[in-house]
This record gives sequence, structure tokens and C-alpha cells, in this order.
Amino acid sequence: MTDRSRLFRTELAGPMATAHSRAAARFMISPAVLLLLGWMIVPLSMTVYFSFLSYNLLMPGMEEFIGFTNYEFFLTDPAFFEALTNTILLVVGVLFITIVGGTALALLLDQPFWGQGIVRILVIAPFFVMPTVSALVWKNMFMNPVNGLFAHMAKGVGLEPFDFLAHAPLFSIILIVAWQWLPFATLILLTALQSLDQEQLEASKMDGANFGSRFIYIVLPHMSRAITVVVLIQTIFLLSVFAEILVTTNGGPGYASTNITYLVYAQSLLQFDVGGGSAGGIIAVILANIVAIFLMRMIGKNLEA
Amino acid sequence: MARRVSNQRKFVVTLVAWAIGLTIFFPILWTVLTSFKTEAEAIASPPSFLLFDWTLENYTEVNERSDYFLHFMNSVIISLGSTLLGLAIAIPAAWSMAFVPGKRTKDVLMWMLSTKMLPPVGVLIPIYLLFRDFGLLDTRLGLVIVLTLINLPIIVWMLFTYFKEIPGEILEAARMDGATLWNEVVHVLTPMAVPGIASTLLLNVILAWNEAFWTLNLTAAKAAPLTAFIASYSSPEGLFYAKLSAASTLAIAPILILGWFSQKQLVRGLTFGAVK
Repeated sequence: MTDRSRLFRTELAGPMATAHSRAAARFMISPAVLLLLGWMIVPLSMTVYFSFLSYNLLMPGMEEFIGFTNYEFFLTDPAFFEALTNTILLVVGVLFITIVGGTALALLLDQPFWGQGIVRILVIAPFFVMPTVSALVWKNMFMNPVNGLFAHMAKGVGLEPFDFLAHAPLFSIILIVAWQWLPFATLILLTALQSLDQEQLEASKMDGANFGSRFIYIVLPHMSRAITVVVLIQTIFLLSVFAEILVTTNGGPGYASTNITYLVYAQSLLQFDVGGGSAGGIIAVILANIVAIFLMRMIGKNLEA
Repeated sequence: MARRVSNQRKFVVTLVAWAIGLTIFFPILWTVLTSFKTEAEAIASPPSFLLFDWTLENYTEVNERSDYFLHFMNSVIISLGSTLLGLAIAIPAAWSMAFVPGKRTKDVLMWMLSTKMLPPVGVLIPIYLLFRDFGLLDTRLGLVIVLTLINLPIIVWMLFTYFKEIPGEILEAARMDGATLWNEVVHVLTPMAVPGIASTLLLNVILAWNEAFWTLNLTAAKAAPLTAFIASYSSPEGLFYAKLSAASTLAIAPILILGWFSQKQLVRGLTFGAVK
């Protein structure tokens, strides 16, 4: 609490911040600001510009202004709606698994038991595995219908092996991505849980509250902030899932596991349609901004608190 | 008041927690084990867990047949390079925002954060074309530049939250004692800031090491870091599980070890200080 109230201690700015130090401060901030400004404005305005052009890398010199035609094509392409649906399913599916699983795991890891430190490390580990490794390991060594471990297990109990990535590609990718993000949710929810006032819990226990009502009336409200943060931050990253799709299904079969990010990539770097890809990119930016606004409000509130 | 828990309950919790922990960790464990098998044993049915002929041949083969060391060094250079460059830009910025906050400091911080929310596909084409025109495609320098920029907001934010915890009174005391600005920075602030800077460095090396959008799209061969090298196993020829496992184990081992040291910073860094 004390360090939070120290954020933006303006009381210090008074004696410290002379005109001289203000100028120095501005000078020290400017490289970071200018670089990020450039990074944001230059490519983004290029994308906007391209999105109004008929521009294919295979036909250089044929660029012409075509207004909103690219947007029209992109938005009316059936692939777009499939990709949009897949994006939403992917984000919601992973969020559901990681929030429910993460809350349960955090509650479990918060209990005293032998080897707490080691189990914590085991649970966190998947977060540090690079996306291409985790996707390929799951794809080949677990989900492969001939040699994967799941196939061996199915055969072991007399079942027909299931070809995960062919018959349930999106679901399989959701599983892989959820495995990667479960540690993140768990770690943050555990951190929040550990700041819970133990005396309040003890008191409610003495008043005869059972586990269920303690969880709903004390633990959950306390964790709601952390849960919101997890939802928002994961959403930002999950909207841009790419490597996992690239190395497992290439977005297929058909568009069954294509999300917006992958669709834009395919349009621009596989079909060289710069105009169409740019229009898709701008649509992705707009979608991400809707989420970003909520996240920024959350974090901004924390700065003021 | 310490919580007293019956040993029986503790025993059950231990059992459940270990079972779940090992299940979550299992894919990694399985990868490491498979990397010591022969290719035939790697796909044997039923699979053997520990009772197989342990071999190191996959590791030697991965090193010989592909330029593994090159890709490893690319990862090291790109992740360390982008983090150090990012720190060099971010330390002065975070420093002045923490110690000489102005009216707009909060807006600047929030705006920096908003750049992180920009989905990479929104700028994929321009960056790709600019890189092509400037000859930066498939170069380490190009990736260092991009990864510096995408991680800069996180670096600034993390440093800012750490610097904010350095009590300003110490500065005033030093100034009363007649310390010059240089002395103040070198002898008073720097020692207090080092832990925060180290944590920031650690987390950002991890993030840059595992970054798999730009590294996959902007490299082809000679500058490809491990993320892109491993992706080349998605269309393999012949038996490759054991070799894939060996390459994967080598790619994730260093960062797993770093990651375990950075658990706490992970929370702070990735939530932009919203959860500590």
C-alpha cells in the first residue's frame, strides 16, 4: 500500500523539480518517446495507406487507389468470418481454461504442503517454453494419431486413436495455448491470493462460514482485480497467437484453425496481397483497441490509487 | 497467528499438488527423456519411460547436421542485444519519470503502454517492406531493432515501478550533504536501482528469447534464432522425434533456468505493476 501511495508523489516534485531538472528530464525521456512514436506512427500510417491501394508484390508498379474496396473484400470474405469466430473461440476458450484452472491451482498451491517450492516451479515451467517448441512437441509427441502418446494410450485401452489436429484443429490449438498460459494465470492469481488478509479468513471460519461461502464472499472479491488483469493481458496476447498455428496446422484444414492474425499473414506474405493484408491488419488493430481501452483504464486507475 | 493444519490434510494436499504439478510439467519432462532415446525407441509402442538405452547421439547429430550453434548464438545476441539496447534507452526515461514527475508523466506512461497493445499484424507489411528495402531482412540487427521497440514499453514500465520504490528522502539527504548530481547518481541511486534493473533485464531476455512472431516472419536462415530454427521441424523428413526433442531441450533449457529465477518479476513485469 505504501509504495502505491508513493506513485506520483507530487509533494517531491516541488522542491526537486527546478526548471533545469525539468529540461534534463525531458531530454532523458525523449529518446524513448521519439522511438516509440516513430514505431507507432510510421508503419501504422503506411498500413493505412496501403489498405486503400490495389497493391500486389508480384505486380510491382501497378498500385492504384481503390478506396475502401480492400476492406469490402476482406470483410465480405467468408474466410474473415471464420477467422473472426476462430479468434473469439480461441481467446474465450483459453481464457476459460486458464482462469478456472488458474484459480483452482492458486488455491491449491496456497495450502501448506511438502515440496511447495518445487511444485510451484513445475507448474510455472510451461510459460518459459518457446511457442514453436511447445506447439511442435504437442503436435508430434502427444497428438500425432500414429506415434503420439495419446494414440498409444488410446490403443492401450482398446480405443481408436483420435487425429486431434485433423479433426479438432482449433480445439487442439486451444489446448496447446492454454497449457502455455495456465502458469501465467496461476502465478498472478497466487500472488493476489497471498495478499489476502488471513485474519479476515480466520474470523469468517470461526463464524462458521464453510469453504464455499468463504470462497464466494471473501476470496473471489479479493481476487477480482487480479482476474480482470489476467483476462485483459491474456486477451491482448491471445488475439495475436501466430507461431502455434503456423507450425501445427498452417491455419487448416481449410480455414478451420485460421485466426485474424494468421489470415492477415497469409494474405500479405503468402499471397503477396499488400492492400488486402493491410486492410485486415487495420481491422485487427481496431479489434485489439477495443480490449486495450478497458485494460488501460484498469492500469490507469492503479496509478492514481 | 500461524495456521495449524493437520498432517493428514497436509499429506492429501501434497499428493494432489504433486500429481497436478507433474502432469503440467510432463510434456517438458517427456521431451527431455525422448531426447536421450534412439529414433526407433522414440516412437515405440508402448513407449518406455526410463528403461531404454540412453544415448547422446541426437545431440551430436543436431549439432552436426544443422548449424545449431549459429541459431543458438543468434538467440543469445538478439535477446541480449535488444534487452541491453532497450535498457540504455529506458533507464534515463524511467529515471526521470520516477524522480522528476511532471504533469504529463502519467499520460506518457499510459501512451507507451498503448503501443504495446498494437497487434503485430497491424504493422507486419510496412515493417517487412522497410526491412526488405533497407536490407535488414534476415539480419540480427533488424531483429534487435524490432525486439527493442516491442519490449521498450515493458522495460520502461518495470523500471519505473522499481525506481518509484527508491525513497526520494535519500536523495534529499545526499543533496543536503553536498553531493553533486554525479555523486548522487553513481553512489546513491545506482546501488539501489541495480536489483530492479537486473530483474528487468532477466524478464526481457526471456520475452525476447521466446518471441515468435517477428523472429518467424523476418528471418529465413542466417539470422534465424532458435524459435525459427525449431519451426523448421514442422515439415521434417523421416524419423525425427528424438532429434526434435534434443533441439527443443537445448532451446528451452537456458531460459527455463533463468525463468525460475524470475518468477516474482514475471508478475510485476507482465501486469505493468498492476499486480505485485
